[in-house]
Amino acid sequence: MGRETRYYGHLIRVAVVFGLGFLAFVIIRHSLVPTDFGVYGFYRAGALDDARALPISFAGRDVCEVCHVAVVESQKESRHTRVSCESCHGPLAKHASGEFNPKPKTLHPRELCLSCHVKMAGKYDGFPQVDPADHGGDFACTACHQPHQPKIAMETGKKK
Amino acid sequence: MDQDRRSFLTGAGKFIMLTGAASLAWDAVLNGTPDQAPNYDATAHWWAMTIDVDRCIGSGNCVRACKIENNVPDEPGMFRTWVERYQIRPDDPEHPIVDSPNGGHDGFAPIKDLPPGTKVFFVPKMCNHCVHSPCVQVCPVGATFESPDGVVLVDKSRCLGCRYCVQACPYGCRYIDPRTHTVDKCTLCYHRITQGLTTACAEACPTGARRLADLKSPKDPVHEFMRTHKVHVLKPQLATRPKVYYNALDGAVR
Amino acid sequence: MPGVEGFIYPNEVELQWSVLIVLYPFLTGLVAGAFILASLERVFNVAAVRPTYRLALLTALAFLLVAPLPLQMHLGHPERSFSMYLTPHRESAMAMFGFVYLWYLMAVLVLEIWFDYRRELVLTWRASRGLKRHFYGALTLWSDNISPEALHLDERIGRIITIVGIPSAFLLHGYVGFISGSVKANPWWSTPMMPVVFLLSAIVSGIAAVMLLYVFLSWVRRRAIDMLCLDTIATYLFYAFIIDFSLEMLDLVHRLYEADESLKALDFMVHTRLFVSQIVLQIGLGTLVPLGLLALTQLMRFSDARRRRLYVTAGLLTLVGIFAMRWNVVIGGQLFSKSFLGYTSYKMGFATREVLLPALAIMVLPFIILAVLLRIFPPWEDEPAKAELLR
Repeated sequence: MGRETRYYGHLIRVAVVFGLGFLAFVIIRHSLVPTDFGVYGFYRAGALDDARALPISFAGRDVCEVCHVAVVESQKESRHTRVSCESCHGPLAKHASGEFNPKPKTLHPRELCLSCHVKMAGKYDGFPQVDPADHGGDFACTACHQPHQPKIAMETGKKK
Repeated sequence: MDQDRRSFLTGAGKFIMLTGAASLAWDAVLNGTPDQAPNYDATAHWWAMTIDVDRCIGSGNCVRACKIENNVPDEPGMFRTWVERYQIRPDDPEHPIVDSPNGGHDGFAPIKDLPPGTKVFFVPKMCNHCVHSPCVQVCPVGATFESPDGVVLVDKSRCLGCRYCVQACPYGCRYIDPRTHTVDKCTLCYHRITQGLTTACAEACPTGARRLADLKSPKDPVHEFMRTHKVHVLKPQLATRPKVYYNALDGAVR
Repeated sequence: MPGVEGFIYPNEVELQWSVLIVLYPFLTGLVAGAFILASLERVFNVAAVRPTYRLALLTALAFLLVAPLPLQMHLGHPERSFSMYLTPHRESAMAMFGFVYLWYLMAVLVLEIWFDYRRELVLTWRASRGLKRHFYGALTLWSDNISPEALHLDERIGRIITIVGIPSAFLLHGYVGFISGSVKANPWWSTPMMPVVFLLSAIVSGIAAVMLLYVFLSWVRRRAIDMLCLDTIATYLFYAFIIDFSLEMLDLVHRLYEADESLKALDFMVHTRLFVSQIVLQIGLGTLVPLGLLALTQLMRFSDARRRRLYVTAGLLTLVGIFAMRWNVVIGGQLFSKSFLGYTSYKMGFATREVLLPALAIMVLPFIILAVLLRIFPPWEDEPAKAELLR
């Protein structure tokens, strides 16, 4: 702790402290910022890969159709042709990738079918809707309707 | 018979049988946890979504599918997508009645004592993946960003959980995931669309009201859709340039 | 849903920014205001407020040290907050916080205090023994030149720092206003007036805080209060308050006049959920009453004792009012839905991370730090022991 003879000596010390701090910051920054930061934009490029590497739960209709050709056949010209299989049968990616058991569960027919078809304001004209109180009594919907070909032919009254 | 077909398909035959998109999907599905697909070029896509309000029946399939696909917490106030129901009553058209019970997750109950002449419709909502996204603008550390193919994503390893982006989003599509303490939101099922699949909500929608769109693909039906429908976006006055395009969006929708 | 009225977007049930985020602008406001009061003497040569110069600087430092604490406690990942220094997103006002804070703390406040106290620090260093000696030695960076040239240099540098410090203080608190004022999604926040109103209310709160501290500490030390100093501070408080109030009213009148879509939702909110905090606390008790009391002291002649009592009352109410203003902006801005069709409510818990108890602890902490700072850097120029030291 010698005598400081220069009258501006303390300024130099302050400057040194600040300079060291700045240097430390630059070094820390260089070591902590991920190398793939800023490659495509102001973000870590690896985040794109992170977003893609997530498990899939719904396989998609295309995949179901590969094996279940019979169902595809039975759904020709049905009102449910465009409805994805998993809308009713739940997520099936695991099933499609080889874990065939346990078989996928479906909801109780009345609950499942009514989730779309319950009569309610707001659905577009021509969308088939029923009031559960006076359609079908206590029967499950599948007692009369085949889900893959739900429309009942009016002439014969039989399922198509 | 079924067993033979299965073993044939899982063998070399699949590449002959399947269409391009499905083969990518098949690979991804077989992998279980799909890796980066080798043939995905981000600059060749510009993802968007079209929603046809006239076709939405309020089934809630999309909300359920999204929660399953993206492992969204079941707690209230955590939705990547939700469905709103609007009622415009004839005696008070200035004040629409809006509800979204549990985000529409369990569907909607029929309205009791609905006055005749009320206009009722359903509006699915989600992240709009804005081109000039205010949420991306305000993130202090670059944890949320727009990917080169137009999807606004969150980098969970850098997010501080400061919630500034939640404040800045005009559409209310962000929330804090209580498990990771970071922000979470619709990713346009990035892990699916980069593998040739469609989004979970579009897959599950029974009427085809929600459709994934690729604006850069000349064959995509979105171009015809935009040409033949009166298309709107939410809150255009804020100039966020959202990429979720609604058909038949009523002026009352907020 | 409990607490929800009308329709809100499903993700809006819970508020994002809690009482901790109300505290942060309140604390940095006190910092900016205290500094501006200090600069009155240093830059604008208002000699009357000299007795509070050093107190104001130390108050600013105490509050500035605590200011990041509510932010850290609020973050989902406080351990990642250093990222704001590593990859600051230049488009985000919040990213600038780290640098503005660091600049203001190190290059303005710490340096100014250091240059002002250097002579006493060196003398204390020389006169101490043991641990205290090492401590003060470190504080002086082991440089002991206090010749007239060195002190003259200190004086000039200190003045430059204060001049630079005034816009820095504006930046430190103004950017907080910009953070909310630039959010176009939220019409309660989105206005160019926000940084200005925040800054002026900060100045008001800082001046009031230093004034109250001066009165309180004089009472603790059993010293006479310099009434000229107190009167001058109160005058500046009065005028700052008038400007602040006028600008807030301008914002309000402008909104009412333009009456855009958000007005009905906001108006309803103010008259119901925000009635107590906005009408009663912020405007009534927190602004009109202290303004009235201060106006009285300007217009009429009162005894010293009565004036002191009026100032203290006005000062306390002012602080309540400015806190209420922060509350109404931050919490109020989240109570209404961005659909303008409904409202939610704020349930402030008691003893988890982001609630009442930590908030109270954060409010008390600066005073503890200030007490320590007052020991290390005694600000008073009327202490006999000090005079001895300086001889």
